Amino acid sequence: MNTINWRRVIQVGLIMGVVVLIASIIGMVQTFDERDMIAGLLTLGQLLLFAPAFYGGFSVAGKDERRAPVPTLLAGLLAGALAAVPVVLLVALAGFWTTIRDYFVNVSPQLIEILTFGRESVSGSLLLLGVMAGLGLLGAAIHLIPQRVRRPFINATMFTLVFSLFSDVPLNIANQFLSRDLVRLVFPSKGITVVAAVVIFALALAVALWWEFSGRARRQQQQATITPEARRRNSLIVMVVSLALLLVLPRILGIFLTNVVAQVGTFVLMALGLNIVVGFAGLLDLGYVAFFAVGAYVTALLTSTGDLGLGVNFWIAMPIGVIAAVLFGIVLGIPVLRLRGDYLAIVTLGFGEIIRVLVRSDLLKPVIGGAQGILDVGRPNFGSFTFVTPEHYYYLILAGCMLALFIAWRLRDGRAGRQWMAVREDEDVAEAVGINLVGTKLLAFAIGAGFAGLAGAIFGSRVGSVFPNSFELLISINVLAIIIVGGVGSLPGVVLGAFVLVGLPELLREFVEFRLLIYGILLIVMMLVRPEGLWPSAVRRRELHAAETDEPSVAAAEGPLHEEVQPLV
Amino acid sequence: MANILEATNVTKRFGGLVAVNRLDFAIPEGGIVSIIGPNGAGKTTFFNCITGFYQIDDGDIVFNGTSLKGRSPDKITRLGIARTYQNIRLFAYMSAIENILAGMEPRLNSPWFGPVLGLPGTRAEEEKAVEEARQLLRFVGLRGKGDSLARNLPYGDQRRLEIARALAGNPRLLLLDEPTAGMNPRETAETTEFIRNLRDEIGITILLIEHDMRVVMGISEDITVLDYGEKIAQGTPVEIQGNPRVIEAYLGRGAAGAAHLTVESVEEPA
Amino acid sequence: MTLSQRLRDIDWIDVWLWVFRVVIILGVVIGITRKLFFGAGTTYDSSDWIDFFISGLSQGGLYALIALGYTMVYGVLFMINFAHGEFFMSGAMASTYLIASTLAASGFINEQPILYLVLVTVAAVLTSMGVSLLTERIAYRPLRRAPRLVPLITAIGASFFWQYIFRGLFGSAVKAFPVPTILEGRVNVFGLDFLKVRLIVIIVSILALIGLYLFVQKTKTGKSIRAVAEDKDVAALMGIDVDRAIATTFAIGAMMAGIAAVLWGLVFKQVIFSMGFVPGIKAFTAAVLGGIGSIPGAALGGFFLGVIEAVGPPLILEGLGAPGAHQLKDVTAFLLLVLVLIFRPQGIIGERLAEKKA
Repeated sequence: MNTINWRRVIQVGLIMGVVVLIASIIGMVQTFDERDMIAGLLTLGQLLLFAPAFYGGFSVAGKDERRAPVPTLLAGLLAGALAAVPVVLLVALAGFWTTIRDYFVNVSPQLIEILTFGRESVSGSLLLLGVMAGLGLLGAAIHLIPQRVRRPFINATMFTLVFSLFSDVPLNIANQFLSRDLVRLVFPSKGITVVAAVVIFALALAVALWWEFSGRARRQQQQATITPEARRRNSLIVMVVSLALLLVLPRILGIFLTNVVAQVGTFVLMALGLNIVVGFAGLLDLGYVAFFAVGAYVTALLTSTGDLGLGVNFWIAMPIGVIAAVLFGIVLGIPVLRLRGDYLAIVTLGFGEIIRVLVRSDLLKPVIGGAQGILDVGRPNFGSFTFVTPEHYYYLILAGCMLALFIAWRLRDGRAGRQWMAVREDEDVAEAVGINLVGTKLLAFAIGAGFAGLAGAIFGSRVGSVFPNSFELLISINVLAIIIVGGVGSLPGVVLGAFVLVGLPELLREFVEFRLLIYGILLIVMMLVRPEGLWPSAVRRRELHAAETDEPSVAAAEGPLHEEVQPLV
Repeated sequence: MANILEATNVTKRFGGLVAVNRLDFAIPEGGIVSIIGPNGAGKTTFFNCITGFYQIDDGDIVFNGTSLKGRSPDKITRLGIARTYQNIRLFAYMSAIENILAGMEPRLNSPWFGPVLGLPGTRAEEEKAVEEARQLLRFVGLRGKGDSLARNLPYGDQRRLEIARALAGNPRLLLLDEPTAGMNPRETAETTEFIRNLRDEIGITILLIEHDMRVVMGISEDITVLDYGEKIAQGTPVEIQGNPRVIEAYLGRGAAGAAHLTVESVEEPA
Repeated sequence: MTLSQRLRDIDWIDVWLWVFRVVIILGVVIGITRKLFFGAGTTYDSSDWIDFFISGLSQGGLYALIALGYTMVYGVLFMINFAHGEFFMSGAMASTYLIASTLAASGFINEQPILYLVLVTVAAVLTSMGVSLLTERIAYRPLRRAPRLVPLITAIGASFFWQYIFRGLFGSAVKAFPVPTILEGRVNVFGLDFLKVRLIVIIVSILALIGLYLFVQKTKTGKSIRAVAEDKDVAALMGIDVDRAIATTFAIGAMMAGIAAVLWGLVFKQVIFSMGFVPGIKAFTAAVLGGIGSIPGAALGGFFLGVIEAVGPPLILEGLGAPGAHQLKDVTAFLLLVLVLIFRPQGIIGERLAEKKA
C-alpha cells in the first residue's frame, strides 16, 4: 500500500467513531471508568474509549508486508483522529446544549470530564483528539515492526491489560499466601501500580520473545508428529493435574473467588444440560430456566424449615427435585417435541413465561410463596457436618459438574448420541432409518431438564432462599449464550463459555448493567464471525464452515426437496 | 410365492390433487419389482405411503401380514422395510460408518444409559455393530472410507453408502428410488449387477423406481406403470414394452404406433 | 390381536395429547358455566362485558399492527424476527423522549394536537424503520443462507442489544407519554361508550391494515415482495432486487410497529425500555393464530388474541375460582400460543405455509 485508501480510512475511522460515541452516550465509558486498571494511568473506561482508535489504525494499515512507512502511519493517524471526531462533537454539543441530559440521561458532566481529561472543553477535546490520533498511529506502526517481534509484543501487551483488568484474581490469590504489605506494593486499592505494570509487561515480553526465538517452529512440528499413544498419555496427565488443581482450588483462591467459581459451576451444570438439548439434539429451548426453577422450588419446599417447607433432609430432597424436573421436562416435552426448529423455540419460550407468571401469581402463592419466595432452604450435611461456606458448596457443585460432564460425554459417544446427531441432521431420514423421533428428543429434553434441576436444587440451598426473580428469561438466554460462545455441542466449550460469560462479569461488577447488551453483541458477532464457538467440537467445525470448502458435498448433489431440511444451529 | 407386500385400493390426495389413485399392487417375496412412469406419476408418493412418511387417505397396505396403515415411519422400518432416496439423503456430517450405524437402529436394543453405567451388554452390542458396519462397508465397496464424512464421498460412493445404510437394518424389503440417477453407463451397469446380487445372495425383496429403461428392463421380473397416480399397465418387461398405453403415456398420443420402448436394452445385457 | 399387543400399538403421546385437550376444554367449559350461570367471582353486568370486549378489540388492533412485522418477515425469509418487539419499543422510546416530551413542555401538544400526533408518529416510524434496517443489514442479511436457527439466535441477540442500547440512551425509568387533553375521556358512538383513545386505536389500526393490504396487493413494490416470498431465486432471475425487497419488507413491518408504538403510548400513557418484549411475543402469537405468513391472518389473529385476553380471564379463570385472575392475563396469551402451535400450527384460519415450511 503505497498510497492511502482514503475511502477505507474514512469508513473505518467513522465506524470506530460511532462505536466510541455509542459507548459514551449509553454510559458505558463512565461506568467502566470506575474500574482502575493501572492506577493513575488507565481505567477500563479509557480503554474502551481508546481501543477503537487503536484498532482503527491497526486495521487501515492492512496486512501487506511491503508497505511504505509514511502513508501507513498517516492512514493510522487519520483513522485514530476520525474515531475521536464524534465524541469531540458530543463534548462541544454538551457545552452549548445544557439540557441535553434531559434527553440523553447518560451524557453527564462526569462523562464530559472523562472525555476531556478533566480540562476545559477546548483544550480537553484537542487532547482527546491528539491521544486518539496518536493511538491510531501506534496501531498502524505495529505493522512496521518485524513479524517475529510483533507477535510477542502484542501478546505481552494483551497479557498486561488482562492482568490489570482482572487484578482481583491475582490479588485474592496473593492474599492467601503473602503478607499484606507485599501485596500492596503491586496492587493498590484498585488495579495495579504503574511500576507493577511495567515489570509485568517486561516479564511477559521476555517470556514471549524467548518462546518466539527458541524454536517455535520446531515445537510445532513436534506437536504434529506426536504418536497417538503419547497424545493419550499427555491428555491423561493433563486430566489428572487439572483434577488435582480443582480439588485444591478453594485453598488457592480464597472465599471471594471460590464463590465466583461456584456460581460459574452452577451455570456449567445448566449449560451442560442445555448443550444436550441444543447442541446434541438440535432443539432450541428458550424456556430452559423452567427446569432450573422446578429443581430449586421442589428442593426448597421439601427442605425449608420455614412456613412452607417440610424440613426434609437435603440428600433426599435433591434427587426428588431432579426427578421432578425430569418429569416436568417429559410432560412439557411430549406435546411440543413434534414441532420443528423455530416453532419449538417459541413454544418453549411461551412455557418459560407461563412458569414465570404462575410463580409470581396469587394463584400459587399459598404453595410456593409468590413474590416473597421460600426462605430458610435446607443445607446438605454428613452427620454433624453441615455445608455452610462457599468452599463446601464448591465441592458439591464440582461433583455435580463432574457427574454431568461424564454423563454427557458417554451419551454423546454412545447410541443415544448417534440418534441425536441423526435427528439433528435430518429428522425425516432419521425417522426412516428407525429412530423414534419423539422418544429421542424426549430423552435429550429429560436429561437436559435433569441437569438444570440439579443445578437448581444446589443453587437454592447455596443461596439459602428461592425467589421468582432468580428464574427470569434472562437465565435461559444466559445459558444459551454460554453454549453458543463456548461452542455448540462441545463439552470443553461449555465450560469455557461459562467462565467467560459468568465468571468475568462476576469479577467486573461494573459489567452488571451492560451484561445483556454485551450478551446481545456476543450472540450476533459469534453467529456472524465464529458460529462454531470459541472451542468447537470437531464435528461442528466441519458442519458450520461447510460452504468454504470445495469438497464434493451432499448438498451440491441434492435437489430442492432436501434444502428445506438443513442441520439445525 | 407369497406376497410380502400387498397394497389394495391405495389413495393419496394433496388438497384437490389425487397423487395416487386406487392403486392395487403386490410384491412377491424374493422378487425384483419396478414401478415406472413419467415425471409426477406418483411413484415417489407411493414410496412415501409405504414407508409411512405420508398417511394414506384410503385403502390399505399390508406388509408380511401386518397393516402399515397409521404407523409411523420408524415403526414401519422396524418391521423390515428400508429405503433410499431419489436425491441422496445421507447424514451429511456424520462419517460413513456412523451413517451405517444409524441404519442399524432397528436391530439395536441396548438402553440409552448403557454407556453411562458401562454395561457390558451395551459395549458388546456396540462392538458387534461396528464390526458389522465395517463388513457392510466392504460389501458395498467402500473399504477404508469409514471415517470420511458422508458429504466428502464422491457421488457414486454416496449412492452405495445410502444402500449400505438401508441394508444395515436387515430389511426384508428394500425400496430403491432411482438408484442409478446421475450415473454414467459403466456405473449404472455395476449398480444393476449389484442390485441383482442383493436379491440373489442375501435374498432381499426389491422394489425399484427407475427411469433408466436399461436397468428396469434388465432386472425386473414385474413392472407396474403409473400415470397420473393410476396403474395403467402391469406385466413382464416384454409385455410392457409392447403395451400401447404405456408408450402413449411416455411419448404422448399419436406416437404410440411409431415408438419402440428401447427394445435394444433387452438384447444388450446390462 | 391380544390385549398386550393392542396396548403396545397405542401411541402414548397421542393419549397424552388427548388428555391435554380434554383438560383444556373441560376447564374452559366449566369456567364459563360457573361464571355465567352460577355467578362465580366478581359479578359483571352487560356494560362491563362490552367494556372488556372493546378494550380487547383495541388491544387486539395493537397486536395486529405489530404482528404484521412478524408475519411479513416470516413470509419472505421463514425466520422469526425475535427483535421485532424492539423495533416497536425503539419507536415509542425515541418519539417520547425526543419529540413528545419537548412538545408537551412547550404547550404545543394542546395547541396543535393533530400536528403533535403527526410529528410524534413520524419520529416513531422513522426510528423503528432505522433500527429495523440496521438490524436487517448487520445481523440478518449475511446469514440468509445459514441454517434456520442461526438467524433466530442473532435475532435474540439483536433484541437484547436494542433493549439495552435504549436503556443506556434514555435511562431505565418509566417515562410518561403526553396525551393531548382532547383525547381524554369517553365518547358515545352507535350507542356504545368508548374511551376516546380506544376508539382511535381501533380506527387507526384498521385503516393501517387495509392500507398495507392494498399496498402489498396492488403496488409494484408489493408485488416484488410477494414474488420474493414465493421464491427468492426465481424472483432474482426475473430482475427483482431481492435485497431491496427484503429490506422493504422489514421497513414496512417496522412502520406498522412505529404506528403501534404511538397508539400504545396513547392508551397506556407511559414507555419503558423493556416494553417491547411481551407485546412482541403476543403479537407473534397473533401472527401464528392467524397462520403465519398471511397478512389478513395476522390482523384477525391480533383482534382475536386481544379479545380473548380481555374476556378470557374474567370469564374462564374467575369462573374456575383462580385468585388474581388479572395477573394471569399474560398466561392466557402464552397458553393460546402453545395450544395453537401444538394442535394447529397452520393457524386458526389456516395457512398452508406453516405446515409446509416449518
